[in-house]
Amino acid sequence: MKLIRVQQEDFDAGILQAELHAGRSDIGACVTFTGYVRDLNLDDDVQALRLEHYPGMTEKALEAIVDEAVSRWNLSGAAVIHRVGELRPSDQIVLVAVTSTHRGDAFAACEFIMDYLKTRAPFWKKEQLKDGSSRWVEARSSDDKAAQRWER
Amino acid sequence: MTVRVFYFAALAEQVDCRSEELETDATSAGELIQRLRARGEPWQSAFDSRTQIAINQHLAGPDDGLDDGDEVAFFPPVTGG
Repeated sequence: MKLIRVQQEDFDAGILQAELHAGRSDIGACVTFTGYVRDLNLDDDVQALRLEHYPGMTEKALEAIVDEAVSRWNLSGAAVIHRVGELRPSDQIVLVAVTSTHRGDAFAACEFIMDYLKTRAPFWKKEQLKDGSSRWVEARSSDDKAAQRWER
Repeated sequence: MTVRVFYFAALAEQVDCRSEELETDATSAGELIQRLRARGEPWQSAFDSRTQIAINQHLAGPDDGLDDGDEVAFFPPVTGG
């Protein structure tokens, strides 16, 4: 099972996990990653976050990343849900869930999908600060390095 | 030929444009950037070495060729997740 969703609404990791596992007795592991909105970035107070994306390409990019994971590891299923629009601190922002027969594949694929998502999926965050100003979040070189580990 | 160009995030704000239809003789994405920068400010400084390119919704490089009807997008490094 492969699932890609880009949506404004919140999500429930438990429900998605149950969907990935439903009717399958060959699955031995499910690894999920949930990303949340922080209220602190570079020591400033972040009041809200607006997520812009490139409709059409976003879905294609996420699908390509998941397909790459499926080609590299032995997976039973993989899902990515990414929220867009206005988000508040402590809101959930992204969910990656991967199922496999053995945990090693699920752990590695989940991390790979997040690392590639961070550098290849067309999302951009804009932070709204408490003083009324706003600014675009800068890409981090540590994210590039994390993604480069998987290059081959 | 005609291409549809999209701009996103900080780059869209800098050039105050989100999309446009362009008649151009640029044969590659890099050439198209040169044509856009030749418009002067704010276009001149909106593009830099970190500007990312997508052609028909796939990540591309400056040397990748353009065809009539292509959808080209320019944007800053992505920051999702």
